[in-house]
Amino acid sequence: MTEILNALVILANFLIVPGLTYGSQLALGALGVTMIYSVLRFSNFGHGEMMAFGTMMTIFATWLLQGWGVSIKPLPTALLALPFGILCAMGLALVMDRYVYRYHRKQKSSSVIFLIVSIGTMFVIGGIVRFAIGPADRIFFDGTRFIMKAREFKQMTGLNEGLAIKMTQGITIVTAIVVVAIVFWFLNKTRTGKSMRAFSDNENLALLSGINPDRVVMIAWMMTAALATIAGTLYGLDKSFKPFTFMQLLLPIFAAAIVGGVGNPLGAIFGGYVVALSEIAITFAYKRVVSYLVPDGMAPDGLLQLLSTDYKIAVSFIILVIVLLIKPTGLFSGKTL
Amino acid sequence: MSFLVGQNMTGGYGGADILHDCTIGVERGEIAVIVGPNGAGKSTAMKATFGMLNLREGHVMFDGEDITHLKPEERVVKGMGFVPQTHNVFTSMTVEENLEMGAFIRDDDISGTMAQVFDLFPILKEKRNQPAGELSGGQRQQVAVGRALMTRPKVLLLDEPTAGVSPIVMDELFDRIIEIARQGIAILMVEQNAKQALNIADTGYVLVQGANRFTDTGEALMANPEVRKAFLGG
Repeated sequence: MTEILNALVILANFLIVPGLTYGSQLALGALGVTMIYSVLRFSNFGHGEMMAFGTMMTIFATWLLQGWGVSIKPLPTALLALPFGILCAMGLALVMDRYVYRYHRKQKSSSVIFLIVSIGTMFVIGGIVRFAIGPADRIFFDGTRFIMKAREFKQMTGLNEGLAIKMTQGITIVTAIVVVAIVFWFLNKTRTGKSMRAFSDNENLALLSGINPDRVVMIAWMMTAALATIAGTLYGLDKSFKPFTFMQLLLPIFAAAIVGGVGNPLGAIFGGYVVALSEIAITFAYKRVVSYLVPDGMAPDGLLQLLSTDYKIAVSFIILVIVLLIKPTGLFSGKTL
Repeated sequence: MSFLVGQNMTGGYGGADILHDCTIGVERGEIAVIVGPNGAGKSTAMKATFGMLNLREGHVMFDGEDITHLKPEERVVKGMGFVPQTHNVFTSMTVEENLEMGAFIRDDDISGTMAQVFDLFPILKEKRNQPAGELSGGQRQQVAVGRALMTRPKVLLLDEPTAGVSPIVMDELFDRIIEIARQGIAILMVEQNAKQALNIADTGYVLVQGANRFTDTGEALMANPEVRKAFLGG
């Protein structure tokens, strides 16, 4: 019995908790991508850099607060700075929309042109971020490091294996739940949220119903900017902030959005967890888990690892290709790209 | 002067003219039906009164006001309701949300109007929490008409409301349309099922190649041997 519990604790410690954390970060990112896709009808490649920009502004505010000696220990100061980062990202999104995307909306450009334009914004924002904060790795986490330490867990349960839960993991998961609940409440219960869904469903009929397209687009950008900043900050707190990682995050985020079904918010969240858990599950070494489960002396010699962790990013590629081949509309039947 | 009238309309979607000096109109509480062969410009004529194409000549009067240069959205605010032929419901949203979105321009309490729509189409009340995309063709048309009624329009434009529904459902829809007209709403509609439509029409317009061929009461058109022979199949 304790063998099975020990095995489960290893899985929880190294696979489930990190997977849920990473999944929450991807889910929030994918939610933003899906939001822009369903309202503006293009894949926003600038989303990763938008995350980087929002996070950067949050970091600046965090440094300022730290300089003033403000602290909300045991929670990281960055949470206090987050609203400032969100506002900055919203400002950037709206300026970009006003001077870049609005022109193409007026021209009724095809979604491919929008996509290329978004790649342009990706480079511009990426450049701004690297110029402003530099390409180096930055750790801006402060506060208590662990909610539960492995040693405490062992003492508490008497098991061999420990389960550690980092503060950032707890914050990420709780924040994701709260944010997703707010987004769904907004989309399903408020008049403005419903008008956004109506616009996404049938643009012409929405116009006939007197829904103002400019307002819908504006709110979509603001929500996306907020989601991007929250996702980026949580990722940065959990790992570290490095401008280049956000470009790499774009792939798993798009994979998540497509796996769930583009344009379907529920699918984006589900997709986020699918991609994150499979990335970790496939690159995880199961040796120790199996050792606990099989009789003594039968423990495997190898690591029992399907793929080296270096190939982590390939997993989202594979998932993406499989979904596009088998069910292009995604698991939750969104729109086809 | 009619309540809503598109007078001497000439124009098209950009290229060649589709309408040639075409006049259609409708009175309060009456039903006007536009019939004609395929490609006669029936829908185009109706859309012209709703501002969905550029008129080179002619003008549109609504309730004594010249609305020729208003955009469709602005005409909705003035009191016109339009039900497109296809894509006329929000498929991913529930019946109730569809109705709510129909009333988006209103700031007052919409529950009264919604109750009226549910009285008119009882099946919608039953299915209020179901996505409109999951309903049958006839029920969808009811949602579409209900959505347009939510703004409390003074005139309702229907583009082939019975397209693709079974004959029984068609009769039922026509009954409902008559009921709506009795409440004092002017109804202008385009119909493929010319006979049934002319039966309930106060005024009928037979269009051919974007021009008026016959204009008379529904009854007179039904009795007109020429119309019967050419357009109603004998």
